Amino acid sequence: MLLDGLARLGRSGIGAAERLGRAHLLLGAMLMGAGEVLRRPRLLSAQLYNIGVLSLLIIGVSGLFVGMVLGLQGYITLVQFGAAESLGVVVAAALVRELGPVVTALLVAGRAGSALTAEIGLMKATEQLSGLEMMAVDPVRRILTPRFLGGIIAMPLLAAIFSAVGVLGGYFVGVGLLGVDAGAFWSQMQAKVDFQDDILNGVIKSVAFGVVVTWIALFQGYDTVPTSEGVSRSTTRSVVHAALAVLGLDFVLTALMYGD
Amino acid sequence: MSAPGHSATRRPTPSGGDAPSCGAPGEPTRASDSGPPSENLVEIRGLCFRRGRQVIFEQVDLDIRRRAITAVMGPSGTGKTTLLKLITGQLHPDAGTIEVDGQPVHRLGKAALYRLRRRMGMLFQSGALLTDLSVFDNVAYPLREHTDLSASMLRKLVLMKLEAVGLRGARDLMPNALSGGMARRVALARAIALDPDMILYDEPFTGQDPISKATLVALIRQLNDAAALTSILVSHDVMDTLAIADHVYVISHGKVIARGTPEAIMADRSAWVRQFIDGLPDGPVHFHYPAPELTEDLFTRRSV
Repeated sequence: MLLDGLARLGRSGIGAAERLGRAHLLLGAMLMGAGEVLRRPRLLSAQLYNIGVLSLLIIGVSGLFVGMVLGLQGYITLVQFGAAESLGVVVAAALVRELGPVVTALLVAGRAGSALTAEIGLMKATEQLSGLEMMAVDPVRRILTPRFLGGIIAMPLLAAIFSAVGVLGGYFVGVGLLGVDAGAFWSQMQAKVDFQDDILNGVIKSVAFGVVVTWIALFQGYDTVPTSEGVSRSTTRSVVHAALAVLGLDFVLTALMYGD
Repeated sequence: MSAPGHSATRRPTPSGGDAPSCGAPGEPTRASDSGPPSENLVEIRGLCFRRGRQVIFEQVDLDIRRRAITAVMGPSGTGKTTLLKLITGQLHPDAGTIEVDGQPVHRLGKAALYRLRRRMGMLFQSGALLTDLSVFDNVAYPLREHTDLSASMLRKLVLMKLEAVGLRGARDLMPNALSGGMARRVALARAIALDPDMILYDEPFTGQDPISKATLVALIRQLNDAAALTSILVSHDVMDTLAIADHVYVISHGKVIARGTPEAIMADRSAWVRQFIDGLPDGPVHFHYPAPELTEDLFTRRSV
């Protein structure tokens, strides 16, 4: 019994190591094909539309509500210390540093990541990827790499939109509903939000999340068992793995950026 | 190189001790650029292939003659599609050599393999059309990827390919608006878009209504003759396949059990071949998957 358990554990460990190896090989192949995609911008623009433009609604609405909640919660806390005018800084810093990149990555993993996994998985299950190979077309370069680059480019843009709409949501609640001074809201935000410490670090985070979320989504689709159940499992795994990876990576990046 | 027999079927070598065991993939039997081209476009020698512990092919020799239709037949699950994947380099043999036009497919690098594949067309069982592209764009796809043709020349070529399969009028339809037969005809037009030397058909008749099947049968023969193609037709549809094939291989249990002309296969008296050709429910190939006795299974075993 114990030996069986150990054997299962060993097999599972070897399987995980093999999957990790395949994922890195795929990442290498996609990076190698990046130049070709950049020479054919139409491939990239189609994926920017699929991943970026089609995610705008969920990103905008989520950003608005997250900003409104931040405005409300921030006001309730700050007003106790007579610092309600600092609401703009609190809302903007929270969005630009953390919530913008992280929540955007989680939303993109749920909307676009799952769609990418299902699309690639179904292409594998219906032999479309094999069909491309038989036409001497490399599916990694032609199908996966444009999506990979599209995800990397779209993620910081979506995070920026999320943060901008979130700030407007915080303004609407703080200034519009709770009576915080508009001049103080904007001027303190301008004065205290640092370009390098806050905005640039947020952009770096969202680029890193874009790499991780898109890579996981594409690998799960490409490595799927080509059956209905296999594609279903891969799609679930894609969202779960991407969410966990984003949250874990966020801690690491935050520690590197802001830790002493 | 030995070619498949024409006047009579030839028996496979018996399994077991006499046959050399499967080892590592072998060296090509001859250099690709030496001497005149062989009359065979594909030459397979000593092919061994396993999936896990299951032996799919064991010491299989097989030749595909140029400008002929060679049918590979056998019961379901005997590895016919696997054979096509081995020939096209999608799978690698555990042992033996697979040469296409003198090139060892299993040893080619990616670039060389893709160059070779430009000279092959494959009709997948499912059609494998790109579902986000129209019929026209599906057929145009390999031309756009591999040529620099002008838009007007590309359009003419695509329409000619679609005309050849009778679907010029369906150019604007999406794949989900096509019937199974039409989808395979579009896939066939795409497979011949680059004017390949060889086409591989994977179960082209499965699930086809009689009209679509008859159309496909005629198309495969006409295409082969008109374009001097080499065709490999994998199927278990006996009568339709024998009607258009020039040479036939029957495979079962990882071995070639008969080879020859359709007439020779029809006249073959071996129990294996007769069971397959006549569709007999029992014989060397059992209908039932190996299992314990039914009474034992029903009345003595308790666990589900």
